[in-house]
Amino acid sequence: MSRFERKAADRWRYAAPVIVAIAMLALWQALTVAYDVPVYLVPSPLVVATTLVTDWGLLVASLGVTVSIALYALAIAVALGVAISLVFVQSRWIETAFTPYVVLLQVTPIVAIAPLIIIWVKDMRVALVLCATVVAIFPIISNTTLGLRSVDPGLLALFRMSRASRWQELTRLRIPSALPHFFGGLRIASGLALIGAVVAEFVAGTGGAGAGLAYQILIAGIQLNVPRLFAALVLIAATGVGLFGASVLAARLALRRWHESERPGPD
Amino acid sequence: MATLLRSTDAASPPVVAIAGASKTWRGGTRALEPVDLVVRAGEFMTLLGPSGCGKSTLLNLVAGLAPPTTGSLSWWGGGFDATGGAGRRLAFVFQAPTLMPWARVDANVRLPLDLAGVPRARAAAEVDAALALVGLRDFARHFPRELSGGMQMRASIARALVTAPDLLLMDEPFGALDEFTRQRLDGELAALWMKRDLTIVFVTHSIHEAVFLSTRVVVMGPRPGRLIGEVEIDEPHPRGDAFRLTTRFAAHAQRLSALVAQACGGTVPLNGSPDEEEP
Repeated sequence: MSRFERKAADRWRYAAPVIVAIAMLALWQALTVAYDVPVYLVPSPLVVATTLVTDWGLLVASLGVTVSIALYALAIAVALGVAISLVFVQSRWIETAFTPYVVLLQVTPIVAIAPLIIIWVKDMRVALVLCATVVAIFPIISNTTLGLRSVDPGLLALFRMSRASRWQELTRLRIPSALPHFFGGLRIASGLALIGAVVAEFVAGTGGAGAGLAYQILIAGIQLNVPRLFAALVLIAATGVGLFGASVLAARLALRRWHESERPGPD
Repeated sequence: MATLLRSTDAASPPVVAIAGASKTWRGGTRALEPVDLVVRAGEFMTLLGPSGCGKSTLLNLVAGLAPPTTGSLSWWGGGFDATGGAGRRLAFVFQAPTLMPWARVDANVRLPLDLAGVPRARAAAEVDAALALVGLRDFARHFPRELSGGMQMRASIARALVTAPDLLLMDEPFGALDEFTRQRLDGELAALWMKRDLTIVFVTHSIHEAVFLSTRVVVMGPRPGRLIGEVEIDEPHPRGDAFRLTTRFAAHAQRLSALVAQACGGTVPLNGSPDEEEP
């Protein structure tokens, strides 16, 4: 493929989804107008956009609450998850003993655990962060543990022959080997942290100053304020895409020089 | 042309002495029948044989990567701890380059020094010298994936040489390379062996590579892995590419292939020794 063709292909990669979005929005607008669909059933894109502007103050405050919960949860999930993985790789025995409980935490739906956490933890913000952390931590633990164990056996033999200490083996061999796996986990966890935050807010149903986007959706649903519901939905989706993009960017910055996953592909 | 016969002094103490060492895997598979073998200082010894003849297993025993099931080994007259002593190091080159993909070439080569706690400033000079030795000085700041297979293998050899080892163990290091690259690296390795006064134990399944490089070839046979016999390649170094075309080269190769065929239970019609073939 020539350089020019590659550039054109690159441009198409970004243009194609945008064209689809514009077409879908136009179709949506046309249908709501043509069939005179009431705004409390399906608001047109223009109405949603207008609501986004008029309710901006209210929505952006709630967005701040939800995003901060998700980010705190993600940070704790990364720190705690990596720490747990580091303990797991110290001995097979520890991993065997504790893995079932990590899995148990993962497979139990958060909506089922959230009420308990909310009852037990006094501070509502802390309770919500805790719920989102529980959701986000599993991919970090499982991916990082897998990565710390997936070491080139030749390199491991070389380290052992050179009488490397356990610390040298960990910092110079296991942790760099684990990075691609860790970033894979981070990509999943970033989305899960937001989902966890929204679900926990739904369960808690707290309003007032600390009301997150989930609460706005809940209230808007009850009041049949469907345009605001859509506007909140748009903000949550945009936040999710933003978090995902940030984790992809972090992986690219860390791995682009050496790892296959960040190598420019043939197409 | 220099006609140098490297002295493989029988009087000097053996680098490695293998006494009745055998290896049986945990499942009960016999990988290696008891072996008696001595690696002499300064020799280029090649373990030659088909797949499954236990040559890699034997090399791993010599590297101290696995203990023998029966028998014993000694290094420089002592236990494996003797390999840790100053200036008496042992280095290993694997089948694959096994470089750290996240580290640049110079950091990869520096690894053994880093692990031994050598200060950066002193290590830098040694890394530079090792890279110069394999002709990779201009690629010090490259990442492994930016190098060709042959260059990666050279980086791997530089990493093995950076500690100035006395004994270099190589497990089919050029097996994955194309024939041209392999021949060139064979030539470079022979030159390094002479220049650095190395003792090398080299594993290969290429008869031609064995004849070109070695002072002594130990032939091994499969199922179970065992020693069949050995052939001294008493040809002067440096041998040069022209040596590959001589009748003496062909005669050595023929003797080895007869031994290998015998090891595998077959026979070869051709017989010959280098002395008879000489015009």
